[in-house]
Amino acid sequence: MKLAIMGAGAVGRSVAQIAPEYGHTVTAIADSTGSVQDPDGIDVNQALTMKRNDGTVGSEAPEALLEADYDVLVEATPTTLGDAEPGYSNAVAALERDRNVVLANKGPVAERYNDLMDVASESEGAVRFEATVGGAIPAIATAEGVGPEHISAARGVLNGTANFVLTRMQTEGLAYEHVLAEAQDLGVAEPDPSFDVEGTDAALKGIILANVLDDGGHELADAKIEGIKDFPANALEVAAEDGMTIRLIAEVTADEVRVSPRLVPENDTLAVTGTMNILQFDTEHAGQLNISGRGAGGPETASAVLADVDRLSCKSGSGRSS
Amino acid sequence: MDMDDDHAGGGRAHTVRLELDDEPGELLRALEPIAENGGNLLSIFHERGSVTPRGRIPVEIDLECPPSRLEQITAALREDGINVIRAGTEAYGEEVSVLLSGPRLEADLSDTIEKIESETPGSVIDLSLSGTTKSDQVSSGRFRLAIESGRTAETLRAVREVAATMDLRVVEPLVEGQR
Repeated sequence: MKLAIMGAGAVGRSVAQIAPEYGHTVTAIADSTGSVQDPDGIDVNQALTMKRNDGTVGSEAPEALLEADYDVLVEATPTTLGDAEPGYSNAVAALERDRNVVLANKGPVAERYNDLMDVASESEGAVRFEATVGGAIPAIATAEGVGPEHISAARGVLNGTANFVLTRMQTEGLAYEHVLAEAQDLGVAEPDPSFDVEGTDAALKGIILANVLDDGGHELADAKIEGIKDFPANALEVAAEDGMTIRLIAEVTADEVRVSPRLVPENDTLAVTGTMNILQFDTEHAGQLNISGRGAGGPETASAVLADVDRLSCKSGSGRSS
Repeated sequence: MDMDDDHAGGGRAHTVRLELDDEPGELLRALEPIAENGGNLLSIFHERGSVTPRGRIPVEIDLECPPSRLEQITAALREDGINVIRAGTEAYGEEVSVLLSGPRLEADLSDTIEKIESETPGSVIDLSLSGTTKSDQVSSGRFRLAIESGRTAETLRAVREVAATMDLRVVEPLVEGQR
């Protein structure tokens, strides 16, 4: 398949680098200031070297990528809230050309799921978004495989930064500010960590899961969100006295999508440590399903993007297996 | 188990756990509704040594009655204002831990317990507190609550409301909800 990659951050770059291993050709890549395209495949290394040296991947305008020759648009621009732009319009532009869209950007499926699926229903192209929930974890594929109607609830640890902070605080007995600064030094937390520590990121993932399970109807404003900002270390201490720990849990039930710090037994399946993520489904006939793995990172998330591209290949029969 | 219900007169042992105010006559007041509703007292364990954080005395009563009568007895006890923590032979009644944190938790502790007991269906049966330190500007407490079976979600909702009025941060247990 021919891929056009919108966004050249950690995920976009990784997709470009490992796509050939999966049998795909990158025909275009764009960042916020420029783009490059070639229907026979761009020189990925050259584009990324140019980005490092000159700050952009190419000399054409970023929007020019939307007109390039491609089968799948990989939308990997940063997640935005509210109208989810420019990710939403990029996805719509691809669908209106009857092209497929694979999202790594959470905005369009968390904020405008119904709008997006309406556009997709009029298109020959399809929308997939495995990479938006739990990084490398096959969250959406598992929900689809089990069947949303057979899943009674979903919950999990879906933000590695918050989980790193909570587990470090507990194991080292350190204060929130201290651990957060350490996480920023390690690159585990952003310079502005609010998206992660205030629970917004985990809530977006919860909303996306709810949209998959309920076939739409949810947006971020419906979620109940409480983060871990300024979390007191002594709360972790009193929890530990009782063999418990605290995790920032995203929960999807019939009533609500909720993100909040919760008490869980220290040896509970959900009590993953460090930056790990875990997702748990309650199923109608098969009890609980648990999938854990790396919830973030360039190659990890890119592997989920490329798994989506493969699913599209199977569907259209034009993939490497044909 | 259900078959016992059909034996109208079939007695069966049940344990009822109460918390009584530390006042003269309270125990007698608690026994009357049991006798009046056909419960046969087997034993009474008055735990004077382990006073609850609210200053109440836990009492465990073993009695015999048909299972169908047990509800009647607990209802009669509650009607008389007696605090029933647990009633039944099986795990009839739930216990959960909730964490509360806030700058005034330590100072407002008895008030907090009072509010949980009066404004939620839960009853505080254990408490562990960690005070403010140089790095923690707040104190945190783990409250173990005894809750009647099936009323956990309702109790946690009410605890959230109490916490909001008292400017406390709540960490609830993960009680698995359904879609």
